[in-house]
Amino acid sequence: MRTAATARTVLAPVALAVVVLALWQAWVVAFEIKPFLVPSPAGIAEAFTTSFSSILDASLATGLNALIGLALGAVAGMALALFANALRFLDRMLVPLVAALAVVPIVALAPVFYAMFGAAAETGRQLVAAVAVFVPMYLNTLNGLRQVEPVHRDLMRAYAATAEQANRVLLIPGAVPYVLNGLKIGSSLAVISALIAEYFGGPTKGLGIAITSSAAGSNYTGAWAYVLGAVLLGALFYGVTAGIEAWSARRRGGS
Amino acid sequence: MTGTPVAVSVKAVDKVFRTRKGGEVHALSDVSLDVAPGEFVSLIGPSGCGKSTLMRLIADLDGVSGGEIEVFGKSPEQARKDQDYGIAFQQAGLLPWRTVRANIELPLEIHGVDARGRKERSDELLALIGLEDFADHHPDQLSGGMKQRVAIARAMAERPRLLLMDEPFGALDEMTREHMQNELVALCEETGAAVVFVTHSIPEAVFLSDRVVVMSPRPGRITGIVDLSFAARDEDLREDAAFYEGVTAVRTMLHGAEAGAGPRGVENR
Repeated sequence: MRTAATARTVLAPVALAVVVLALWQAWVVAFEIKPFLVPSPAGIAEAFTTSFSSILDASLATGLNALIGLALGAVAGMALALFANALRFLDRMLVPLVAALAVVPIVALAPVFYAMFGAAAETGRQLVAAVAVFVPMYLNTLNGLRQVEPVHRDLMRAYAATAEQANRVLLIPGAVPYVLNGLKIGSSLAVISALIAEYFGGPTKGLGIAITSSAAGSNYTGAWAYVLGAVLLGALFYGVTAGIEAWSARRRGGS
Repeated sequence: MTGTPVAVSVKAVDKVFRTRKGGEVHALSDVSLDVAPGEFVSLIGPSGCGKSTLMRLIADLDGVSGGEIEVFGKSPEQARKDQDYGIAFQQAGLLPWRTVRANIELPLEIHGVDARGRKERSDELLALIGLEDFADHHPDQLSGGMKQRVAIARAMAERPRLLLMDEPFGALDEMTREHMQNELVALCEETGAAVVFVTHSIPEAVFLSDRVVVMSPRPGRITGIVDLSFAARDEDLREDAAFYEGVTAVRTMLHGAEAGAGPRGVENR
């Protein structure tokens, strides 16, 4: 039963993708669409295989920035949420800041960071990813820390548990599903932010630069091949974090 | 402090809750009660009579508005800090990410008992509640009755001389409930702990208790106390004439109390 269900969940999207790609290919061939408008899937696949090693290098460069940004943003978001949950005034102080960060397109900070750290250094791009990740991590963690049932609060008081003990045995374990959901959301944001930040310049070997320089050099099919690389990188980040979330949920059991 | 050893002493206690709109709810009015060591006392009454509130005051989960409570001659706060009582609620309140064993060990862990001491104690308790085979299960794999047994084992983990229980069997079906009552009697006989037991089931209160404290609402107060002295609390007692006499006595006192507060109660609804 289980394998049948898995096959259905895997096969259905794959079948859809095959149909879409086939229609796309047929459409491009039948109407002789120019590659600068829309290249054919076969063309993109060919470009992807021929320049696979440079796509891999570019993905590694962007992926590393995204990973460092994800780690920094996740740690900062969780740590600040812990403090904000313990100290009400800090929470109130942070509300407008987090609201501002949530509405500002964070990649807009890239030129500012480049001015601070130099465009050549990866620091600016990593920070852009970190700030983007920080917001969902902070909000999700804080939300998770507040999901305490009254009966558990009473128990902690009855045990005369210190705030640190209550955090360790109750609040933090209770927040884990929320933290992992924040991490899953943050993982996609980290890749997108690290990649878009490259559009704002700086000699880098990342995917963003590769896409813009291929397009600028009229190599449209090549640009699409790098876009495919970016899609795969984003899917990898999302897949790994979603996998961690699912594994953790299975391990904890229900309530 | 008097020379006589008393587990819980409640003297002329008032409790007023302030509502958000600035109103006042008089939860308890001039409540006095003593519980002797090893005594099983049930608090019974309709919703809003303050029986749970009284238990929470003894546990120092809330503070009194007037009067005084002593637990083993100490303030409730000191008794709470000294871990003089174990507590169980209507919700088992197990931590879902911990195994049964880790849930039972929770208070021991918080109070710094080492891993070996914790395991020894949780082994004993698991045997006591008959859940040895479920030590490594998570709460979601247990039935309601099993969860409640784990919660009671957790309450007894530190061998408290006082157990506070707020409708611990309230969410269980009748069969499981009677079974749990039998187990609780056995556990109390073994440990010799005093128990303050909140319930709204008359047979449950009569079966378990040395004394049943009948309360009435608006404001919450004690209307009477029924003394019960059964030779043995076992399955036969449930069919015994003395048991039914106890049930009748408690019921009469409950209904008398309701009739007395009748006109006001009706108006307030």
